[in-house]
Amino acid sequence: MRGGVSIRYGVLVLLAVMVLLPFAGIILAALHPPGAQLNGLSIPEHWSWQTLALAWERGNFTALMRSSVLISVCVVPLALVLATLAGYGLTVLKVWGHKTVTAGFVLGLTLPIELIVVALYFNLREVGLTNSYLGIILAEVALFMPFGVYWMRSHFSNIPDELVEAARIDGARDIVVLARVLLPISWPAITTLSVLYFMWSWNQFLLVLVMMQDPERRTAPGGLGLFVGQYSTDIPLLSAAGLIVITPIVVVYLIFQRSFVNGITQGAIKG
Amino acid sequence: MARDLTTSISPPRATSARGGERAAGSRRVRRPHWRGGRARGWLYVFPALAVYLGFAIWPALNTLRLSFLNWDGILPATSAGLDNYIKIFRDSALYEAILHSLVLIVFFSFIPICVGLFMTALLMGKVRRGMTFFRIVFFLPQVLPLVAVGITWRWLYSDTGVVNQLLDLVGLGGITRAWLGDYQLALVALGFIGTWAMSGLCMMLFLAGAQKIDPSLYEAATLDGANSWRQFLHVTLPGVRKEITIAGVITTIAALASFDLVFTTTNGGPAGQTNVPALLVYRLAFNEGDIGGASALAVVLTVLVIAVVSAIRYFTRDES
Repeated sequence: MRGGVSIRYGVLVLLAVMVLLPFAGIILAALHPPGAQLNGLSIPEHWSWQTLALAWERGNFTALMRSSVLISVCVVPLALVLATLAGYGLTVLKVWGHKTVTAGFVLGLTLPIELIVVALYFNLREVGLTNSYLGIILAEVALFMPFGVYWMRSHFSNIPDELVEAARIDGARDIVVLARVLLPISWPAITTLSVLYFMWSWNQFLLVLVMMQDPERRTAPGGLGLFVGQYSTDIPLLSAAGLIVITPIVVVYLIFQRSFVNGITQGAIKG
Repeated sequence: MARDLTTSISPPRATSARGGERAAGSRRVRRPHWRGGRARGWLYVFPALAVYLGFAIWPALNTLRLSFLNWDGILPATSAGLDNYIKIFRDSALYEAILHSLVLIVFFSFIPICVGLFMTALLMGKVRRGMTFFRIVFFLPQVLPLVAVGITWRWLYSDTGVVNQLLDLVGLGGITRAWLGDYQLALVALGFIGTWAMSGLCMMLFLAGAQKIDPSLYEAATLDGANSWRQFLHVTLPGVRKEITIAGVITTIAALASFDLVFTTTNGGPAGQTNVPALLVYRLAFNEGDIGGASALAVVLTVLVIAVVSAIRYFTRDES
């Protein structure tokens, strides 16, 4: 039995090493001087932070990070508020036609972004919303809405009816019921949703690539996509740029890992 | 997994106490209020619905419309009938892209599910210490931007990359190559990036599902003389059926609609061997000015996603 347990841990550790190996790879690569020829995993002779600094400068990451943060800071609260209100209306108030509308939102979970993005570009071009933050923000909110509505719906439908009934009997208006009764017990669900929204917004690539032509105002992953083309052979510099782009999301992940894991698994399982 | 949510729902004391006090007196005003709520409730649903219809559904329908047109994005469009769709099945680059995405399902979906099931069989209820650490590690690939994942693997797979270094180390120096540039093996190499990213997710989903299986089922199976393989086959596997469906759906969508990863690793090369539909949709629409063709391919991709997802749901449905 004891032997069995150590074999199990052995396999787990082996898999963990396989998952982490690529990270070790780019961290070590990024510590080499720019332009260095690498041969597999190797410890640099001189630790060089210069590569990170150069990647930041060449990749114009000050501007890219500003765009990424701006977009996330708008998308996350807006999408959260809309999804929460819609979830409340559809699940607790059970508005007229709530079943059809909910089914319409759930349908959106299987539509690939490729179907939306082609016409979206030309639709937004007509109204001058390409190459603009507003266009990207609204498009991301729309893309994230099916999951958000669905997530808030399954959260609200788990709340006992008596709770809402009690407040109504008390004469509370809809908005008061939501703000005073439901929201205070919904923070775990809302935190999880906001963490997922942040991740999706931060990682969004195709939409940014298509909608934002101005390279100065692309997001960090969007800019990274171009950076690959420009410096395709400079491994340390590319690795440093990759490291810059993944660091913020990894930090958020480590802080909110419980929310991430719950969100990804529960969100999936409820579907 | 839903346990976490329900335990967190404890009525806030102040509200329920107040509700209780007045309940008897005001019960009759409740009905009309409900009715009003059903109509006014639309105010809550409307903003989300408006953004969703305007920025997701309307463009999706427009893409469908564009798929029946010849349009370069500038000059007036002309009707194309079904030409754009016929072209998909005539043009080898286009249908090969669809075949490639089906091959990717094996690596993004089938292998990760097998790895996940194997790990579940191995770990079931036996490993507790350190699980938080492993959970953090195995979920990590899920949170990373695929562009960065792509950049990392480009180097790992390169001539002088870590993959070749490891192969040399175990005496397989003879098969080293620039994997993503290899005509035969580029697609497989690309697929294994998906295996790397998805296996942890599948495993964690199955472990979570297996935890919910009633331990008495295993006791009963042991009493009946079932060995561990039979226990896995007859207790664990049916117990995680739902999670297998979910893992299949998520990973299959990721395989069929993959764009970021292919764009940054191979961009379809060498010689179109790793072209996938999403990449060609982008290229046709935004580089080659064939909006109709891009739209038709996007529609076919959507139909494919819905068909495969439905098939997975159908074949893993609960017969009982």
